This record gives sequence, structure tokens and C-alpha cells, in this order.
Amino acid sequence: MTDKKTPLIEMKNISKRFGGVHAVENVSINLYPGEVVGILGHNGAGKSTLMKMLSGAIEIDEGEIIVNGEKANIRNPRESRAYGIETIYQTLALADTLDASANLFLGREITNAFGVLNEAQMELETRKVMKTLNPNFTNITDPVNSMSGGQRQVVAIGRAIYFNAKTLVMDEPTAALGPAETTMVKDLTLRLKAEGIGIFLISHDMGDVFELCDRVMVMKNGKDVGKFNIEDVTRDDILSLIIGGQLPEGWQPRSKK
Amino acid sequence: MTDTNLNTDKQDSAFTRIIRASEIDTRMLGMIVVLVVIWVGLNIATGGIFLSARNLYNLAVQTSVVGIMATGMVLVIVARHIDLSVGSVMGVIGMVIAWLQVDIFPLNAGWNWPLTIVCGATLGVLIGIFQGWFTAYRGIPAFVVTLGGMLAFRGGAFLVTDGRTVAPMNKTYQLLGGGIDGSIGTTWSLILGIMAVLIVAFSMYRGHASRVKHGFPTKPIWLQIVMFAVIAAVIFGFVYIMNSYNKPRSDIGRGIPVPVLILIAVVIVMTLLSRITKFGRYVYAIGANPEAAELSGIDVKKVTTYIFVIMGVLCAIAAVITTARLNAGTNSMGVSSELLVIAAAIIGGTSLAGGEGSIPGAILGAIIMQSIENAMVLLGAGSGERMVVMGLVLIIAVWFDTAYQNSKK
Repeated sequence: MTDKKTPLIEMKNISKRFGGVHAVENVSINLYPGEVVGILGHNGAGKSTLMKMLSGAIEIDEGEIIVNGEKANIRNPRESRAYGIETIYQTLALADTLDASANLFLGREITNAFGVLNEAQMELETRKVMKTLNPNFTNITDPVNSMSGGQRQVVAIGRAIYFNAKTLVMDEPTAALGPAETTMVKDLTLRLKAEGIGIFLISHDMGDVFELCDRVMVMKNGKDVGKFNIEDVTRDDILSLIIGGQLPEGWQPRSKK
Repeated sequence: MTDTNLNTDKQDSAFTRIIRASEIDTRMLGMIVVLVVIWVGLNIATGGIFLSARNLYNLAVQTSVVGIMATGMVLVIVARHIDLSVGSVMGVIGMVIAWLQVDIFPLNAGWNWPLTIVCGATLGVLIGIFQGWFTAYRGIPAFVVTLGGMLAFRGGAFLVTDGRTVAPMNKTYQLLGGGIDGSIGTTWSLILGIMAVLIVAFSMYRGHASRVKHGFPTKPIWLQIVMFAVIAAVIFGFVYIMNSYNKPRSDIGRGIPVPVLILIAVVIVMTLLSRITKFGRYVYAIGANPEAAELSGIDVKKVTTYIFVIMGVLCAIAAVITTARLNAGTNSMGVSSELLVIAAAIIGGTSLAGGEGSIPGAILGAIIMQSIENAMVLLGAGSGERMVVMGLVLIIAVWFDTAYQNSKK
């Protein structure tokens, strides 16, 4: 996967401070088309902060982001989206009193020449998207706060994939889901990967990580403590990195054995 | 996903299903019932005076001022802010309009009153930018900004003429206040009523046809016919009552008063703004989840500023009606009307938690507040008693809102 193609995303020497705390310190990571890169670590390791800088939700203190070989200036979520980067936030970031269609198109509404919302068109598109994600999803016009956790997740995912994302950031996409829904999200992830979309996946679930990721980066206290191809590490290797910040003694790439 | 489809409406009663199919907010329906009960009760208490054509005409005119400002307050509260300054802003704009019209410009010039209205609206925009900027771009809670504004603009209203009342206003301008000649007559009222009913019929048909075309679920036909019949009855009933209140010492019916027409125009514009434009969508999104709105790329600060600008313009419109009706500018105009306006919005179903509220609901809320106040005047209650009751009504309305929000969880 790491051949001489241009990476979709290059994050170079990224740092972020909150007051005196180094939330992210000199972290670099690449993402190639059709690749899933797992970002792992404890709570507070800086995974979400790193990804929020890519999404434009947090401004970068130091370092740069390069998209398709060109330096990108991402200062807010609008600019991130303009580079084809879509994010599924851990909190889902849904406007609870609005319906699925309003949430799917939030900030990117379909309007007519007079700036009037084209509700029918948006509802139609939403029904199409939701059908591909979950055929049972029909209550498109209910406010999302009356929906189940799984349905809310589907709305958030639908929003990220509808606008032809090239890069997808998924922050704990299966944390709140039941088994059936988790399978749906996994299948979707593999489908998007096959379509050539690059995916950053933040997850605590080792099962998900080993099933979906091509490479992983482990973070601890804001620092990158190791990047590996997934076939070179075991669960225990990763847990050792997450907890202790280093590999077990005498570690060798597992694929070389 | 299987577990999510279990909560179908098998155990719901037929009534609940009809309500849901009609897409009428149950809360809105509850308010209409409350209004009817209050009206019948007040009518009995006042010995039949309350529901007389004459009193309903006055009630309609009185409701206009609070109703116009309440439509803006809905947007402010939906976006999780508050505006305590509306009464004072209306006061200062009214004083500026009266002062320009009477003391500065030649009173009888034809351009005088339109120009003063433009000046008043401009002042409303500037005040809106001022308060909106501090709230949105400087992060000062709207409560503080508008509490300061409440004091500052009331002082401003005094400073315009050092507290002196300015009167009388331009003759044409006075018509905007709904006085003796300030209504459009019976014929035009009937024409407007018929047009309104036709527009309702047309838009209901269009909405239905569009859903059929796209293959979306539709409401049952009989229900749509019933809803149309109710709306048409309300419109014609209103026109009939306004037409049956005669001008003094004559049998010429007055028809719909001008301030009510202005209110209707404001309600239509504000409802469309909140329902079918991007701006309206963003206001509700910000109120529902400010962080999500920001992450969705909405310029939350700009939208917030616009909300306060709209509020300022609506205060200017309310100031025009008030000065025209009083035929004067006095520095006490709009004192404590912020409470009526906020109460109208909240009684009308605008949630203090943000993200929920409707313009028509706020109008219903304004009618309820004005009905209670109006009936207390009829019953001979003094201003002290009225203030006590209005204050309690506000508390009960918020209590109801809190209970309603909790019951949904």
C-alpha cells in the first residue's frame, strides 16, 4: 500500500497545545487512497484532537496538512469539506430537533434559484442514501432525537458519504452500536475502501482494528509511539504500546517470522 | 436495526394516530384548546363583553404589537439566546420616529412619514448589529448584552426629547395604528379573506401533489379536507367579526385593522423565513446543537448577528404601530413589553432549551397573553393586579415547558 503513489493526505509534524498541555506533539501520518489507517491509543492520547485538526474543528498550532500533494489550508470545517474530507464525529454532531434529511444536508442544502430550500429533492436523496445503508430506515421525517442510536449513526454516516468524500474520518463509529449495526458499519467501511476512499479510523475495538485496518498508528500522551502494517503486529503488541508506550521486549515484525 | 422498528404505533389510540398523521404539533393543539377555554371563561366572567365584535377588534389591534415582536423572539430563543431589550428598543425607535416626524421634518409633507419609518427601520438594524455583534463575536451572553441594552435604550428614549411627549403625528401615518379610519373596510376585508382561503387551498393541494409525485407518504384526504375547513372557518370568522364592528355613529363596518394586516404580513414573511430558507434552517440547527452547526460549516456568528438584526427591524415595525396608535411618541412606550413578548413566544411552544418553536405558536401565545390582560381591564383590575397575573402566567408557561421537555425524555 505504501508504494510511490501520491498520498491522499499527509499530516506533517502536527502539534497542538491546550494551555500548557501538549495534546498532540510532532505527529506525522499519511493516508493513501483505498487504505484504512487505524489511530489507536488511550482516552486523552490525542487521537481525536489530531483528527479534529484534519476536519477543521480545531486549528493547527504547528505543522502542515498536504492533500493530494498540495499544501492545504484548513482553518474550519467548511474548508476541510472542500478538500473532500468528511468526518463522522464520535458525538455524531447531529442537530437533534431536525429530521434526517435536514441533518444530511446541513450546511449544504439544496436550494432553488431564490435560495429557497428544496425539501422534496432533499427528502428524495435522503431516502435513497438511507436505503443503501439500511433498507429498514423509513422514518426520514422524524426528528433525529426520536431515533435509536443505530439510526442516528446511520444519519451521520449518510451525511459523510453522500457528498462523494475522498477521505473519511471515523471517530469510534461502532462504539454505540449493537451487533447488527456494527456489521453494517464494517461492511460499509470495506465497501468505501474498495471504492478507493482513504479512511482514518479511531477505534478501541481490537476486533474492528484487525478486521478493517491496513496500517495502525498508536498514540500515547500526544506522541506517535509507533506506526505498523497490521500484519506486523499482534493484539498484545498494540496493547503494550497503548499502555506502556513501547513494544514487548525482543519484538520483531511478525510477518518476517 | 431490528430493535428500532418495534416502537410502531400498534398500541396508540385512534385519536393519537390522527393527530400524528395531521402533523399538527400536539402542543399547538393543546394551546388552541387552552385559548378556547380561556375565551369562553373570560366571556362568562365579563358578562359577554369579551367576545363582542368591538372587544375582539381591540384585542386584535392590541395583539399586533406584541405579536410582531414575538415572531422575532422565537428565532432569538430558538437559537438559545434571549432579548430583554425589545421594549426599550421599541421605545427609543418610536421616540426617534416621533421626534423626526413632528419636530424635525414638516409634519404634513407627503414624504415625511415614509422617511421616518425608513429611519426607524435603519436604527433597528444598527441596534441589532450592535447587540448581535457583542453576543456572537465577543461571546457575551445575550442575557447580559440585552439587559444592558434594556437600560441603555430606555435612557436613549428619554434623551431624544428629554422626556417630553411628542404629538400629534402625521394624519396618514395615524392610519397605521388602526384608529377610527385605520382599517380597510368590509369589501376589501372580504376579498382578502377569500384570497387567503384560495391560497391555503392551493398550497395544500400543491403540497399533497408534490408528495404523491415523489411517492412519499401522504396524509389521508378526509383529514386534509377537515383541516382546510377549519382554517377556512377561522379566516371567514375573523373577517366577519372585523366587518361587524361599526365605525362610531354609523352602520359602516370597519373591516380588518391595518396593524393586524401588518402583523399578518410579518407572520407570513417570518414563517417562510424560518421554514423554507437556509437561514431559518440554520437558526434551528444552531439551537438544536451549536457544536454540530459549527462542524457542519454553518457560520454561527453571522447567523446569530442576523437574528438580532431581524429582531431590531421588528421592534421598529412595532414602534411604528405604537406611535401611530397613540398618535404620539412617549418615552414610556414598550415598558415591560419584553416580558409579554418573551411570554408569548414561550407560551407558544418555543423551548428555552433551544431548537424548537414556531411563529404561528408565538402568535397564539401573544393572543393568550393579550386576552388575559384585556379581560382584566374589562373586569376593572388595576395595573398592579395585571402585572401580578402576567408575571405568574409567565412562570407557569416556563414550568409547563420544562415539564413538557422532561416528559419527552
